Amino acid sequence: MASVTFDHVVKRYTSDLTVVKDFNVEVKDKEFMVLVGPSGCGKSTALRMLAGLESISEGQIRIGDRVVNDVAAKDRDIAMVFQSYALYPHMSVYDNMAFPLQMQHMKKPDIETRVKNASRILGLDNFLARKPRALSGGQRQRVALGRAIVRNPKVFLLDEPLSNLDAKLRGQTRIELQKLHRDLETTFIYVTHDQVEAMTMGDRIAIMNAGILQQVGTPGEIYDHPANLFVAGFIGSPTMNFVPATQENGTAKASGFSVKLPKAISAASGTLGFRPEALTDRVADEAGSMQMKVDVVERLGSDQFLYGKVGGDAVTARVDPRMKVDPGDTVKLGLDTRTLHFFDADTELALI
Amino acid sequence: MTIASEQIATPAAERRFSPEWLGQAFSKVLLHVAVIGITLIWIIPTLGLLVSSFRPLDQFTASGWWTALVPPYHFTLENYQGVLSASNLGQSFFNSFMITIPATVIPVSIAAFAAYAFSWMKFWGRDILFLAMVGLLAVPLQGTFVPILKLFVQLGVTPDNVGFLGLWLVHTGYGLPFAIYLLANFFRALPTDLFESAEIDGAGTLTVFFRIVLPLSVPAIASLVIFQFLWIWNDYLVALVYVGSTPEVAPLTVTLANLVGSKGQDYQLLTAAAFFSMIVPLIVFFSLQRYFVRGILAGSVKG
Repeated sequence: MASVTFDHVVKRYTSDLTVVKDFNVEVKDKEFMVLVGPSGCGKSTALRMLAGLESISEGQIRIGDRVVNDVAAKDRDIAMVFQSYALYPHMSVYDNMAFPLQMQHMKKPDIETRVKNASRILGLDNFLARKPRALSGGQRQRVALGRAIVRNPKVFLLDEPLSNLDAKLRGQTRIELQKLHRDLETTFIYVTHDQVEAMTMGDRIAIMNAGILQQVGTPGEIYDHPANLFVAGFIGSPTMNFVPATQENGTAKASGFSVKLPKAISAASGTLGFRPEALTDRVADEAGSMQMKVDVVERLGSDQFLYGKVGGDAVTARVDPRMKVDPGDTVKLGLDTRTLHFFDADTELALI
Repeated sequence: MTIASEQIATPAAERRFSPEWLGQAFSKVLLHVAVIGITLIWIIPTLGLLVSSFRPLDQFTASGWWTALVPPYHFTLENYQGVLSASNLGQSFFNSFMITIPATVIPVSIAAFAAYAFSWMKFWGRDILFLAMVGLLAVPLQGTFVPILKLFVQLGVTPDNVGFLGLWLVHTGYGLPFAIYLLANFFRALPTDLFESAEIDGAGTLTVFFRIVLPLSVPAIASLVIFQFLWIWNDYLVALVYVGSTPEVAPLTVTLANLVGSKGQDYQLLTAAAFFSMIVPLIVFFSLQRYFVRGILAGSVKG
């Protein structure tokens, strides 16, 4: 059990190819930290540097108080679950899980105790003699987890472990992983490109883009107070509405509506951001209301999404599923100004 | 959606003789014709050899082997008796094994280590070394006889001094480029994740080699062993050049060739000798065949 610190970490392949830039994150002991970002953003590289599979170009990585820059992967006391599971195909499930312990020259009875324990936690008791090829995708994934659990590591590293599972199994495994994290009381660092996984599993989320850390915070903080335009657009589905706007005397003016900002800002122009659920068909306040020409209606049962245009800007609204709307209709929507964001035109930082 | 459901609804009889069906059927027939044709082309001469080996000398020289397939039959075991009664056959058999087994085991073992290094270890000049080694595949071995023999004589690596050692060494040299090339390509195709996973699990380079790379490469190694074994078992030239044809050291190929007199007499014995010499490679082939497992990597990566 230990904290993990990335201290000004840089990964540079060539002088003009830097994939991780000045990365600073402190993962607390026993925390479930999710690194999330689009593919190629450097999140996997950051994890692989921590695992010892990639060298660190600059900066320090610490596990607990120990600097691990020059410590071999096997001596870092970490365990990693790969996206592909990377099971040893010629070994039985038991041997796959026993392998890391055999490498530590642990005694046979001790190995058996640990493997049996892990297989009980993961429900693999009946499959110990099987080869990986005789297992389903979900079972293979659990063997990969088991191989990590038996080592009793200080830190668990998981690199997109759910992306090879089908949607239903992914949902189940997400819950199982959270239980596992609670039971093991160990630090988890989880890499994913899926913002739903990040939001549902992480104690805290670190969002990366183009090698640069964008924001670190709890799922709630990141959803409600995105630090910049990228974070605001990356988290949340459907994505936040962005409309270009000008600002004068605390009122933002977009092409199809104007709204009074909840806070005074100095920027004269920028991007107004509001989530689809900030729009409502129950208009309480005429100020900030808008006329939306609906192009597409998506009914999901629990939700109803309207895609259309307000003025010249594309806007998505999440409204009551009982509201009767057809494509081509024009509807009047109110805007909840409490969850309004305004992003600076140049820096793209959130001003509100 | 509608298109798909219409396709499903089409009765099987209507799909038959459709253009796609005809195309598929045609390529299937073509494939079978090709396979059967190639097999026949290879089998007919072998069959001729087999039939000839049971024919007496006077018929052998008088008519083609296919005439023996119709009555009256005149088959005989004379040729086999002739081969077996050659005085030093047992010694030659032993010599062939003494040459072939080490000359297979040594290069395959070295090649496995080398191929692992070439495919999964990072060291300076790796790619250039690999290219140079692959380039050696193009060197004709006949061109190497004189310089190597000169060197062997200078160093005292002769059959009188060291037995078959010289022959093992040259067979190793001749076999390594291909062996390394074949295995390196196979090793390189193993998933990277396996190696990284093993690294995190605490396995060192040798452990990874013996516990992961070797077990997963059994099919490649088995085919390499068959190749190398066949090449050396059937080799005549290299053995003749490096150890000569004295009965104490000559392998089966050299001894059998010597059965035929210098003026070409007794050449009917060669047919029986050829079958005699084929037994061992066939045994090797069929005993290793079961290691050609398909999908040895199944279940390792991806669901």
